[in-house]
Amino acid sequence: MIRTNFGAGSRPLPRRRRTTIVYGILCFVLTLVIVQLWLLTATMSAYLGGDDSVIWPAAFASLVCLGLNLGLLRYLIALERG
Amino acid sequence: MTAIKYNGLSPGPDGRPHKMQPRWRQDFPIDTPQDNYIARRDFTKFMILTSGAFVVGQLWIALHNHFRKRRGKPPEKAIAAVQDVAVGGAMGFRYPDRQLCMLIRPDQDIFLAYGNKCTHLHCPVRPMFSENKLQCPCHNGYFDLQTGRPLAGPPRLPLPRISLEIRGDVLYATGVELRT
Repeated sequence: MIRTNFGAGSRPLPRRRRTTIVYGILCFVLTLVIVQLWLLTATMSAYLGGDDSVIWPAAFASLVCLGLNLGLLRYLIALERG
Repeated sequence: MTAIKYNGLSPGPDGRPHKMQPRWRQDFPIDTPQDNYIARRDFTKFMILTSGAFVVGQLWIALHNHFRKRRGKPPEKAIAAVQDVAVGGAMGFRYPDRQLCMLIRPDQDIFLAYGNKCTHLHCPVRPMFSENKLQCPCHNGYFDLQTGRPLAGPPRLPLPRISLEIRGDVLYATGVELRT
């Protein structure tokens, strides 16, 4: 059992719930990574075709995805520390 | 995953209590739910690292684009005399620097030039005048001879087109047109 400081009060969080939360985070992270993969391949294709109009918007979108992932990582680390 | 515990240990992967597990598992018990938790947690962290790698890839493309823009338009270059290329013939040349290109003359008054690397895996393409196509023999990719656009096979992008100018009897390459 670990304790978490999320929410009101400090309640112990059973491992089963922790694992469920990790599964949920993993689903979000995988979705975002797939979006990033698509962005990278589409940008590369556009770049090789001489179209540079999408490069910076795609880089920004990918950065936003990374930001969301880092937020989830922060939550994951906090979950471990309890 | 089950919450039943025996002597503080989680049941084995088959759901049976610790005491009913084979001897080797009793001697070296693995807390399977904890193992699952750690595996998923570490995989999540690895995926976040991958996410960072994708951002680095995007920035790498942006950097390359910056340098490509800075290089600007390639200079003109005399590539051949008109009489050097027979009607229904082709010749290779390098433009802008060392990129291999192909000049073709499908008709008396028509000159066309394309980058000579297939957009699939960079094999050299060859003209098939009778079928009005360019063929990549490596994986049987076909391009339209008149436009350089892909017709069949693995390539999805058209060949880069080299713009040409004829001054007097000399053919000049004046630029590279990348297309999607």
